[in-house]
Amino acid sequence: MNANSATTSHYPAAPASQVVESRTLCVLVDNEPGVLARVIGLFAGRGYNIDSLTVSETEHEKHLSRITIVTRGTPMVIEQIKNQLDRLVPVHRVIDLTTAGPALQRELAMVKVRGKGDQRMEALRLADAFRARVIDATNESFVFEITGASDKIESFVNLMLPLGLVEVSRTGVVAIGRGPEGM
Amino acid sequence: MTEMTGAEMVIAALADQGVEHLFGYPGGAVLPIYDALFQQDKVQHILVRHEQGAVHAAEGYARSTGRVGTVLVTSGPGATNAVTGLTDAFCDSIPLVVITGQVPTHLIGNDAFQECDTVGITRPCTKYNYLVKNIDDLPRALHEAFHIAASGRPGPVVVDIPKDIQFAKGAYFRPKEFQHRGYRPKVKGDLDKIKEAVEMMAAAKRPLFYTGGGVVNSGPAASDLLRELAKLTGFPVTSTLMGLGAFPAADPQWLGMLGMHGTWEANWAMHDCDLMVAVGARFDDRITGRLDAFSPGSKKIHIDIDPSSINKNVKVDLAIVGDCAHVLEDMVRLWRASGVVPDKKALQAWWAQIDTWRAKNSLAFRNSNGIIKPQYAIQRLYELTKDRDTYITTEVGQHQMWAAQFYHFQEPNRWMTSGGLGTMGYGLPASVGVQLAHPKSLVVDIAGEASVLMTMQEISTAVQYDLPIKIFILNNQYMGMVRQWQELLHGKRYSHSYTEALPDFVKLAEAYHAHGIRCEHPGELDEKIREMIEVRKPVLFDCVVDPAENCFPMIPSGRAHNEMLLGDASTRVEDAITEAGKVMV
Repeated sequence: MNANSATTSHYPAAPASQVVESRTLCVLVDNEPGVLARVIGLFAGRGYNIDSLTVSETEHEKHLSRITIVTRGTPMVIEQIKNQLDRLVPVHRVIDLTTAGPALQRELAMVKVRGKGDQRMEALRLADAFRARVIDATNESFVFEITGASDKIESFVNLMLPLGLVEVSRTGVVAIGRGPEGM
Repeated sequence: MTEMTGAEMVIAALADQGVEHLFGYPGGAVLPIYDALFQQDKVQHILVRHEQGAVHAAEGYARSTGRVGTVLVTSGPGATNAVTGLTDAFCDSIPLVVITGQVPTHLIGNDAFQECDTVGITRPCTKYNYLVKNIDDLPRALHEAFHIAASGRPGPVVVDIPKDIQFAKGAYFRPKEFQHRGYRPKVKGDLDKIKEAVEMMAAAKRPLFYTGGGVVNSGPAASDLLRELAKLTGFPVTSTLMGLGAFPAADPQWLGMLGMHGTWEANWAMHDCDLMVAVGARFDDRITGRLDAFSPGSKKIHIDIDPSSINKNVKVDLAIVGDCAHVLEDMVRLWRASGVVPDKKALQAWWAQIDTWRAKNSLAFRNSNGIIKPQYAIQRLYELTKDRDTYITTEVGQHQMWAAQFYHFQEPNRWMTSGGLGTMGYGLPASVGVQLAHPKSLVVDIAGEASVLMTMQEISTAVQYDLPIKIFILNNQYMGMVRQWQELLHGKRYSHSYTEALPDFVKLAEAYHAHGIRCEHPGELDEKIREMIEVRKPVLFDCVVDPAENCFPMIPSGRAHNEMLLGDASTRVEDAITEAGKVMV
């Protein structure tokens, strides 16, 4: 990437950098073996970022799965990602939920916290404030279930850190557009 | 720490790893590395004629020395041409580091000129691969690649380096040690299990060592220990194609190769044994035949460095995960310390049984005075080269099986063949690599005329670097193994297995500035083989053999070890193969 490469290489130099944006894409795919590998392989092979990825069958009779991907890139790269995804044979539709209109994004996390006495009370109090539910409890630990936007989960996890955070398991983002229309 | 460019780091890392020879082919995306190569003399670059040849040459180099073979190719077609070699090395556990050029990082994913998704394409056929997108990651990736390729179960590792990273400057260093967070192969076997294995061995009445390529990969110590353990126990030894040479063929305890074209005694011993000790072998389908009838009455011990090999095809009774040499060393020690005496009487009876199988003389063939039988050609080649320092490579097919049956190996690392993948065209480039590593030795590629044409262009490499490889072509004008299967399974309909327009191999040799020999009669074979050995040049030896000869013994697909067929039984073969077996190749 130094000046040398532009003159010595038979490839053009890198373009001036543009602003990088975060986008949430919903991809409707045939639920067939290898479809996830195709999508992930596309991202890996072309050097795109994946910040979060969730996948599950959503329409059993039609064998359709819905993949939600949170990705980052310049507007041109995002455009390419959408077009490249759309070009995959088992992909039915690609929707950019960030630009398509108002959308909801949620993530579920299970947060294990270990502690006694005041710390334990404080964890419980904060969980209440975040509307996290206790789904497992022992004399010295809780597992909280929390649902919300990623930044809400992020702040909850950060608050639990000094209170004896043991581990976190997160689903990644799922998203859906607001209003009556489907994708 | 020294400041240098990425391209210079590649050379520095190769030199630090003790690499003397690098097989490669230049192109746009590796030009900076070729420029760095030009300005140094630590690493000698060997220019091949096709990237597949580079990888096979590196495989031959690695297999014959026990060191890591290295390759340098460009992006796009350079990388895709290397894929067959990578897959071959992956199947046969050959340690390689393959460096591929890549388009500049900002063009990755852009369908740039000569771009392909190298790490995506090579992910399923490498032990590990890297795409280095930051100059600071390059030194570690290069050195780690060597560590991963050579340790544990060896295999090929790809390091994909974009062109801008080759130009970029950074601090070069050689990491002192590798404490990979996830990758830590287990080399020492569990002592309790080894103890249990020794007890099982002491109690066995019809024991057998079934050894594989893992013994060769583990290094010469493993072969020595195998010999020692065989001596101590008195057990018979058989081996897979990949394991030939780990145990000397001249030893009376040797039963010959097992499997689809193995000997009568080896396969019957596998079927009838009561204890099978598998060492560095993976129960591949060419070995086991019909799985539900595979060695039905035996307890099985499996020693392997790769836990995923265990219970993959055959359920075993005792698994020992570890490096062959380490485990065998412990086994020898514990056997000695325990003072066990194997059941002499039972062993005697077992050997008596084995001798009756041996008496079948399953490799017998009807020789001829008028036409060269391929088996005879290899017998003569063996007799005339066995007292020399000889290395053998092969292509894939009938000639490969005959080589395994009739060329007898006494030492490991002398036999280079494409076992798992079965890559036609492996042998010639592999022999280039072997000859480079052993310039004073005799290196013979036992070839078929169909296979050798797939990578024939590498004879040009041999000429350029003055490598006097001997390409001993058993020319039957057919893709012999394909023809054999068509004869036995497809009503003698020889669909496209006959090469109607073969080149004149003598003229072809001359065109390449090599030496050509044609031999058509059994009577002139010895003299011409001697000529081949004496000529200090690459030789294409066109040995015209019986086109109708089939390779026996043979376990028809879908059949068990005790259902194998001998040569004189060939008329019954059609009945012997079931419909289910025909599907199995």
